[in-house]
Amino acid sequence: MFRLTYLGPALAVLLLAGPVGFGLAGTVLPAFGISPGFGGGSFGLHYFRELFAQPALFCSITLSLTSGLASAVLSLLIVMLFTAAFAGTATFRRMQHLLGPLLSLPHAAAALAIAFLVAPSGMIMRLISPELTGWERPPDLLIVHDPLALSMIGALVAKEVPFLLLMTLAALPQAPVERVRQLTGALGYGRVAGFIHGAWPGIYRQIRLPVFAVIAFASSNVEVALILGPTQPQTLAARLVTWMSDPDLSQRYLASAGALLQLGVTGLAFAIWLGLERLCAALRNKAACGGLRMRRDRAVQVVSLTAMILAAGAIFAGLAALAVWSFAGLWQFPDFLPGSFTLRNWMKALPRVVEPLGTTLTIGVASAFIAAILSVLCFVHEDRTGKRAGRGGQALIYLPLIVPQVTFIFGLQFLLVASGWLATLPALLFAHLVFVMPYAYLCLKDPWRSFDRRYEQVAAGLGKSPMTTLFRIRLPMMLRPLLVLFAIGFSVSVGLYLPTVLIGAGRLTTITSEAVALASGGNRRIIGVYAFFQMLLPVAGFAIATLVPALIFRRFRGMQV
Amino acid sequence: MTDIVTDKAGLLLQDVVIRHGERVLVALTQHVAPGEVLTVMGPSGAGKSTLLGFIGGFLDPVFDAEGRVIVDGDDITDAAPETRHAGLLFQDPLLFPHMSVAGNLMFALPADIRGHMPRMALVNEALRGVDLEGLGERDPETLSGGQKARVALARVLLSRPRMLLLDEPFSKLDQALRGQMRELVFAKARESRLPVLLVTHDPADAQAAGGTTITIEP
Repeated sequence: MFRLTYLGPALAVLLLAGPVGFGLAGTVLPAFGISPGFGGGSFGLHYFRELFAQPALFCSITLSLTSGLASAVLSLLIVMLFTAAFAGTATFRRMQHLLGPLLSLPHAAAALAIAFLVAPSGMIMRLISPELTGWERPPDLLIVHDPLALSMIGALVAKEVPFLLLMTLAALPQAPVERVRQLTGALGYGRVAGFIHGAWPGIYRQIRLPVFAVIAFASSNVEVALILGPTQPQTLAARLVTWMSDPDLSQRYLASAGALLQLGVTGLAFAIWLGLERLCAALRNKAACGGLRMRRDRAVQVVSLTAMILAAGAIFAGLAALAVWSFAGLWQFPDFLPGSFTLRNWMKALPRVVEPLGTTLTIGVASAFIAAILSVLCFVHEDRTGKRAGRGGQALIYLPLIVPQVTFIFGLQFLLVASGWLATLPALLFAHLVFVMPYAYLCLKDPWRSFDRRYEQVAAGLGKSPMTTLFRIRLPMMLRPLLVLFAIGFSVSVGLYLPTVLIGAGRLTTITSEAVALASGGNRRIIGVYAFFQMLLPVAGFAIATLVPALIFRRFRGMQV
Repeated sequence: MTDIVTDKAGLLLQDVVIRHGERVLVALTQHVAPGEVLTVMGPSGAGKSTLLGFIGGFLDPVFDAEGRVIVDGDDITDAAPETRHAGLLFQDPLLFPHMSVAGNLMFALPADIRGHMPRMALVNEALRGVDLEGLGERDPETLSGGQKARVALARVLLSRPRMLLLDEPFSKLDQALRGQMRELVFAKARESRLPVLLVTHDPADAQAAGGTTITIEP
C-alpha cells in the first residue's frame, strides 16, 4: 500500500490544476458563444460588444484595478517597514501574536467589522457624536460604499497585512536579518535602510507568490466589494456575480465575457506590479549607489507601528461592535452602548442559522480532513523518492490562489450544471477543497521537512515497517502541525464566499454566504449573530488544535511547545 | 578479495565502495566477528555516516554504492531497512517523545513475544540491565542525558538486532559518563555476541573499542 503514495501528488495536481483548467475553459468558451449542452448562444464576438456596451464598465474596471493594486501596495509597504523597524524585537513578537487570530477570520467578517465601525451610524460616529460633531442623527455621508472604494481598500489592507506578515515571518529564518543589521549598521546605515538593502530582497523573493495571491484576490474579490465597495458602479467582479446569478440564462454569456475581462484586468494588475517591482529595485539600487544612510528613521518606526495597530485595532473593535449588536435591544444614535441587552436576536436567528451552520461544519471538516490526507501523502511520497516539487510544483500550489476565483469557478459552475451536480454537497466540497489544499500543503511543508528523520531510521532499525513508522512515530509526533493544518484548512473553508455562492447556487449556504447576503439588508442585530459565528468557528478550530495535543501529550514534556 | 568466506558469523562488508559523483568516499572490505568492534575514524564530512546509511539501508540517493553487506551469511545488501535488524545508536538518544520509557521499549520488542505480562517482564529486565529499574513509567524528557543514552541502548538491544551501528554515540555525553557508557555498550555487545561498527572522530573511542580501526581520509 505504501507504493500508492504517488496518488498523493497525482491527486493534488489534479485537484489544483483540474478545476482551474476546466473552469477556465468553461468560462472562455461561452464568452465566444460556444456552450455545448446549453444552447442559446451563437458563435462570435457579440457578447464582448454587449459587455463593453454596459454602462460605466470602464469605471468598474478602473475600480478593480486600482483597489487591487492600492491594497497590495499598502499592505506590503506596511509589512516591509514594520519588519524593517521591528524584526527581532519584543514589539514584533507581540504584534505577531495579536495579528495571528486575524489571519483565520473570513474576509467577509473583517469587512462587516469595518463597516460597523466606520458607517455613519457606526461606532466611531457614536463615539464622537454629538459632542464633537453635534449630530443627533446619523449624518448622510457615503462612508461605506464610498465611490473611491477607500473603505474597501482599508478592509482589504487590514485583512492582508496579517497574511503578508505571517508569510514574511516564515521567510525570516532564511534571511540573515541580524547579521545584515550589524553589518549595515557598522557601515552607518539606519535600521530600516540597512534592512531594505540587505535583507528585504531575499525575503521578498520568498513571499512573491503570496503577494501575487493578494493582488489577485484584491482585484477580483466579491464579498468585500459587496459589503464595502462602491455601488454606482460596482467593481467588475461584483457586477459579474450579479450577471452570473441572473435567472435569465442569456446573461450568462455576458458574464462569461466579463469573467474573461476580469482575467485580463487581474493580468494587467500583475503586469503593472512587475513594472513596480523593477522601478522599486532601480530606486533601491540608486539609493544604495548614492550611499544614502537614512539614519533618522524614527518616523518610519512610528508610522509602521501605527499602521499595524490601526489595521488590527479596527478589525478587533469592529468585531466587538458586531458582538454587541447581536445582543442589542433598543440602540439609538448617538448612544455609544445599547439602551438594553436582549437574547431575542439570537432566539430569532438561531433556527435560521442551524442549516447553514451544518453545511459550514460538514464542508469545513471534510475538506480540511481530505486536504490533510492528500498533503501527508504528498510529503510521504517526497520522502520516499527524495524528489521535491520544483519551481513548477510551487507555482501549481498557488495556482487557485493566483487565478481570480470568479473566472474559473463560474466555468466550473457551467460544467456542474451540465452534469447535474450543481448545488450538491460533493460538488461544494470539491470546490472548497481547491482552495483549502494549497494552504494545507504550505502549512505542513516546513514542519514536515524539519522533522528529524533519524527517528524513522531508528524505528526501521528496530524492525518496524514504513507503515508502522508512519502511524506510530511520524504522525503522532507531528500531531500538532497536523492539527494546525486542520484548523487553517477549516478556517479557509469557513471563509470562502464565492465558491459557496456559485457552486451552492443558493440551495447550499454557509455562515459566510448568509452573512454577506444579509449585509445588504442592514439588520445589524442578525448580521451580528452571523458574524459572531464567523469569528467563533475558526477560533474553535484553533482552540481544538491547541488543546487536543496538550491533553493527549500532557505527560510528555518533549511534545510540548 | 576472494579469501573471505561468506558464511562466517558476524558482519561482512565485501568490496564496499561508496561514491559521490566521481569522488570515492569509502572503499573497504572488512569482517567484524560477533562481539567485536570495527572502528571507522575520520573527520566529519568524510563519509563515515554514509557508510552506516549504506549498511542500515538509508543511503541518501545522491550517493552511489556497490559491494555486499552480509550478516551471518545472509546477503542483506538489497533488503528493506526494516528487515535488516541493524540496531542504530546516534549521538542523540532519539527516544520517541510521545511514549513513556517503557513505551519506547515495548515498541522495540518484536511482536512475536505475545501477551502484556511477558512483554512487560522483558522490558523490566532490560531496564534492570542498564541500571534504570523502576523508571519505566517516566516521560523520557525528564531523564538525565546519561539515563536517556542507556534507555536508547536498552531499546536497541530489545529489538534483537543482528548488528549494532554506532554513529558517534558518546560524543554528546560529558567526560565522566562517556567512559561508563562506552564500557556498557561494548559489554552488552559482547554479551549478545553482536558485531559492532563504530563511527567516531574520538581516538579514545577507538582505543576503548579495542578492535580493528580504519581511518577514512576526507
